[in-house]
Amino acid sequence: MDATLIASIIGATLVAGTPLIIVALGELVTERSGVLNLGAEGTMAMGALSAFIVNQAIGSAPLAVAAGMAAGVAMSLVFGYLTLTMLANQVASGLALSIFGIGLSAFIGKPYESAAMPMVAPIRIPVLADIPLVGPALFNQQSLVYVSWALVAAVAWFLYRSRAGLVLRAVGESPASAQAVGYAVIPIRYLAVAFGGAMAGVGGAFLSIYYTPLWSQGMVAGRGWIALALVVFATWRPIRVVLGAYLFGGVMISQLFVQGLGLKLEVPAQFLSALPYVATIAVLVLISRNAAAVRLHSPVSLGLPFRADA
Amino acid sequence: MWPRLERRAEASPRMRCLSPLIAVALTIIGGLAVFALLGKSPVQAFAVFFVNPVHDLYGVSELLLKATPLMLIGVGLAVGYRANVWNIGAEGQFILGAIFATGVALQLPESASRWWALPLMAVAGAIGGGLWAAVPAFLRTRFHTSEILVSLMLVYIAQFLASWLVYGPWKDPQGFNFPQTRLFPDTALLPVMIEGTRLNASFMLAIAALLGAYVFMQRSFRGFQMQVAGQAEHAARYAGFSASRAVWGGLLAGGAMAGVAGMSEVGGPMGQLTTQISTGYGFAAIIVAFVGRLHPLGIFFASLLMALLYLGGEQAQQYLNLPASISNVFQGMLLFFLLAADLFITYRLRWAAPSFGRRAWMQR
Repeated sequence: MDATLIASIIGATLVAGTPLIIVALGELVTERSGVLNLGAEGTMAMGALSAFIVNQAIGSAPLAVAAGMAAGVAMSLVFGYLTLTMLANQVASGLALSIFGIGLSAFIGKPYESAAMPMVAPIRIPVLADIPLVGPALFNQQSLVYVSWALVAAVAWFLYRSRAGLVLRAVGESPASAQAVGYAVIPIRYLAVAFGGAMAGVGGAFLSIYYTPLWSQGMVAGRGWIALALVVFATWRPIRVVLGAYLFGGVMISQLFVQGLGLKLEVPAQFLSALPYVATIAVLVLISRNAAAVRLHSPVSLGLPFRADA
Repeated sequence: MWPRLERRAEASPRMRCLSPLIAVALTIIGGLAVFALLGKSPVQAFAVFFVNPVHDLYGVSELLLKATPLMLIGVGLAVGYRANVWNIGAEGQFILGAIFATGVALQLPESASRWWALPLMAVAGAIGGGLWAAVPAFLRTRFHTSEILVSLMLVYIAQFLASWLVYGPWKDPQGFNFPQTRLFPDTALLPVMIEGTRLNASFMLAIAALLGAYVFMQRSFRGFQMQVAGQAEHAARYAGFSASRAVWGGLLAGGAMAGVAGMSEVGGPMGQLTTQISTGYGFAAIIVAFVGRLHPLGIFFASLLMALLYLGGEQAQQYLNLPASISNVFQGMLLFFLLAADLFITYRLRWAAPSFGRRAWMQR
C-alpha cells in the first residue's frame, strides 16, 4: 500500500481515538477523586447535541465546543448533587444519568436529526506537516486533536506534579484522612466530577462538530462506555489512556484497514462494526485478570459515598 | 432554623416504601413543568399523557402488553441486583432471546403444534439470553472483569448480530429487501388473551415469573444465600455460601428472563425478527427493578407505570406534536428522583439552629 494511504490510516486512527482520550481523561480525574461516574455516554450525547445546535445557529466551532462543555458540566452537576449531596449509589446514579442524557438528547434533538453541517477544515502546522509520511497524518489535524495531546500532558502534570493533584489523589485514596488534615472532600469531588462532565461534553462535541458534522440519535454509539473501560485499561494513568485510545481508534476504523490492505475478506460489515466492542471486552479481561495490579492502582475509595460530618 | 441531615438509628422501612411514591409524584410535577415550559397546557398534557392511553379496554390491554417484557426482565434483574451483581446488558440478552426464539420459529415443520412449539421457543429464548449473560458471569468469576462494562458491550454486539441475521442469512426472500425475517407461522405466535387486542399469553407468564421470584427471593434458602453473598461477602464466606455461585445465579436469572421477554416480543406483537428488535426494554427494566424496590410486587406496579410512560409518549407524539422520546426523559427523571428520595431511608431532616462553624462532633 502506498504512503498516502498509510498517512490517511494513521490520521483516521488519531481522529477516532481523540474523543476517547478526552472523555477518558475526564473520567480518570473524576475516578481519582473516588467518584465513579457511569454517565459518560449520556453526557456525551448531550454535549454532542448542544454543540451541534450552537454550531448550526452561529457557525462557530470553538463556541460550539464550549456549549458542549457547558452541557457536560450541567449534566455532571446533576450526578454530583445526587451522589455527593444526596449520597445516592454512584453506579445507579451514573446509569440514570446515561439513560436520561440519551433520552433528553433524542427528545430535544428531534428537529435537528440528520441535518449535516460542512466539515471543519483541519489546522496545518507549517514545517512539521511537511515531514514525509507522518507529517500530514500528525500535523494536519483538527484543532481538538492537538488539544487532546496538551490535555494528556496537563492532566499528567496536574496529578503527579502539582499540589492540587496530590490533594485530589489523597481525597480518592482516603477521604477521611484528607478531611482530617483540613481538605474539603465534597467540594473537591464536585470539581472533579464537573471536570469529568466538561470533558465528556467536549468529547461529544468533537463527534458532532469535527468527526461527523451532524446530529443523529445514537451517534455516540457506546464511546462513553468504551472510555470508561479505557480508564480501567489504563489502570488510572493518563499516558496509558493515549495508548488505549489509539488502539481503539485503530479498531474502529478497521474497515479502512481492510480496504487499505486490499483484502477481499468474506466478512459481513456488521462483524467489523462489532469489533471495537469485542476488543473492549478483550482488553478488560487482559487487564483485570491481573487483579493485584488493578487493586494497586485503583483509587481505594472509588464508588464509596462519603459524608463530611459522619 | 435550618434543616440538618441526621443519620437514623436504623433504616426506615416506611421510607423505603414511600420513596418510590414520592419519586412518582415529583416526576409528574416535573413532567407538567416540562409541558408548561414547552408551551402546552399542563392540564391537557396530563390528560393526554396519563389518562388517554388507558381510557378504554384496548388501551389497558396495550398497557399490560408493554408492561409484560418489563416485568419479565425487571424481576430477573432484581434477582441479580439483590446479590449485588450489576447486569446492565439486559437489552443484549433480550435481543439474543429474540434471535434464538426466531431460530426455532423459522425451523418449525408444517405439522408443528402450538403446544410444543411455543414452550420450545420460550426455552430457546431463555437459553439465548442465558448464554449472553454467561459471558460476563464467566469473565467476572474467572478474571474479576467488571460485569457492568462487559454486559453493556454485549448489547452492541447483539445489535450487530441481529442486524447481520436480518440483512443476511435470515432475510425474507419475499420481503422486498427489507431487513426482516419472514412472518412467523401461526403456531409460533403467542395466543391472544382478549379478542380484538394484542395482549397475549406472555402476560400470564410474567405473572407466573413474579410469583416464582417471590417464592425464590423471600422463601427459599438459595435466595437468601445469594443475597448474603452479594451484600456481605465476608459473612457469606464465613457461612460457606459461594460468592461466584451468586454471580452466576444473578446473571443467569437476568439473562434467561430477558431472553424469554425477547421471545415474547418476536412471538407476540412483532411476529418476526427485524432491526427494530432493540426496543430499549432492557434499559427501562433497570429503572423498573429500582423503582420496584427489587421486590416482585413493586416490580409489577413499576412495570405498569413505565409502560404508561411509553404509551403516554406515543400519545404525546400524536396529539401534542412532541417526540415520543419524551418517555425516556420522564423515565430518567423518575430514577433521579427515586435515588434522591432514597437518602431519607437512612437519614432524616432535623430542624436545628445554624451551628455557626462549630464542628459536628462538638454538638454531640
